[in-house]
Amino acid sequence: MASELMSGVAEVGAPRHSALVRLTHWVNAAGTFALMVSGVAILLAHPRLYWGETGAVGTPSLIDLPLPFMLTGQSGWGRSLHFLSAWICVLTGVLYVIVGALTRHVQRDVLPAPADLSRQSLAQTCADHLHLRFTHAADETAYNVLQRLAYSGVVFVLFPLMIWSGLAMSPAITSVVPVLVTVLGGQQSARTIHFFTASAIALFVIGHLVMVSVSGFTMRMRSMILGLPPSGKASV
Amino acid sequence: MSRMLTRRRVITTGLAAVAGASGLGVAARLATAYGLVPPDSGGIYGVGETITYATQRLLTANHSMAREFSRRDISKVAPVNGGPPQSDDYRRMLASRFAEWRLDVNGLVARPSSFSLDELKRLPMRSQITQQACEEGWSFIAEWTGVALSDVLTVVGISPRARYVVFYPFDSSWESIDMADAWHPQTLLAYGMNREELPSGHGAPLRLKVPRQLGYKNVKYLVGIEVVESLKDIGNGLGSNALDYGYSWYAGI
Repeated sequence: MASELMSGVAEVGAPRHSALVRLTHWVNAAGTFALMVSGVAILLAHPRLYWGETGAVGTPSLIDLPLPFMLTGQSGWGRSLHFLSAWICVLTGVLYVIVGALTRHVQRDVLPAPADLSRQSLAQTCADHLHLRFTHAADETAYNVLQRLAYSGVVFVLFPLMIWSGLAMSPAITSVVPVLVTVLGGQQSARTIHFFTASAIALFVIGHLVMVSVSGFTMRMRSMILGLPPSGKASV
Repeated sequence: MSRMLTRRRVITTGLAAVAGASGLGVAARLATAYGLVPPDSGGIYGVGETITYATQRLLTANHSMAREFSRRDISKVAPVNGGPPQSDDYRRMLASRFAEWRLDVNGLVARPSSFSLDELKRLPMRSQITQQACEEGWSFIAEWTGVALSDVLTVVGISPRARYVVFYPFDSSWESIDMADAWHPQTLLAYGMNREELPSGHGAPLRLKVPRQLGYKNVKYLVGIEVVESLKDIGNGLGSNALDYGYSWYAGI
């Protein structure tokens, strides 16, 4: 019983989302939004991607993004905001993973259970999503397998890859740990990986917002802001 | 039971808050004492600048070396960002191959000095093949030849009070680096590029190379170096006029 309360999803009357989840979710949402805006501001100074160590106008590119070169001083504040929000996201992310692991929230609620990964279970959940069948939405007490895969992927694959590829572009950091950049194939490769990983996170955010909207927007916002349980009554 | 818990909670929360607040205070003092606070630490962005600078200074404390490359990695294209100074002074010196050019070194030094290009070339020559990454996103690898800034600082004898080295080019801009970068073995005053004279587009006759920072810290067209204890009285007081364009003082990124 006590452990079910701790998990925060099993008991009627328990909060739908723990205070930690709600706090880190919103801080990270704000931080990620700031990272996206400032990332675009930085990218627009040179919207061209390369592979390898170096790249510049006059050398072959990997991709010329269909964006204008904006050399009007947007990247300065862009970088300042980028690094401030990166620190905020990294620190809340570390807090979430450590406390989430200690309270077993990560193991119990986020990582997909092996049984959920069976072909039949995956097919059923996918079919439900495609038909927008969220019949259990009102009383659901746990993340389904697609949510678990998406959230685990963002927390344990995409965000770590963002941090890694970001650090790999720093000449000071790679002076201490050169393997960070050599493994990725060079500083410009790291920049390209940083861009595509950010694009993957942007796609996740869009999918996430669509799913929240079609599966009961008000109820889900209330539970992520106030932590209200599915019954709708406030709990402590 | 619940009252006990409540009281215990209040006490622990209070203790944690006091510990946290005094911890922050102590951390701020230590950070200042150990030179972990950048000159542009003010404002909301200053928080991020300070955490980044302090973290990287602790990580790179042992003179970590920027990655060096081999000759075959040297880029065929080395773009120039911003052409040579348009002043008559500069054009005249360029025409005379900088025969009258001098590098003034003063400030907190025992022997304020003025070096000609030949005098600098008589100091031990260093070479490095390093990457220069522009803040905008592009980059190139080149071989730079010059004199270690540390050798010049040793010749003029700097005061133990020195905390920053300020660089002045032909125009009215200026930049500065801390002593960790000033004494770093890869920090050069470069007069050669890719085994030739430094081209005017890349900063002739002399430019700074700080390969652990982004391109814009690598000041071109040097005419003066000043060793200081504080940056407060120089220009905007924030260590660099790049701040006017929104760039950070520290660019280890």
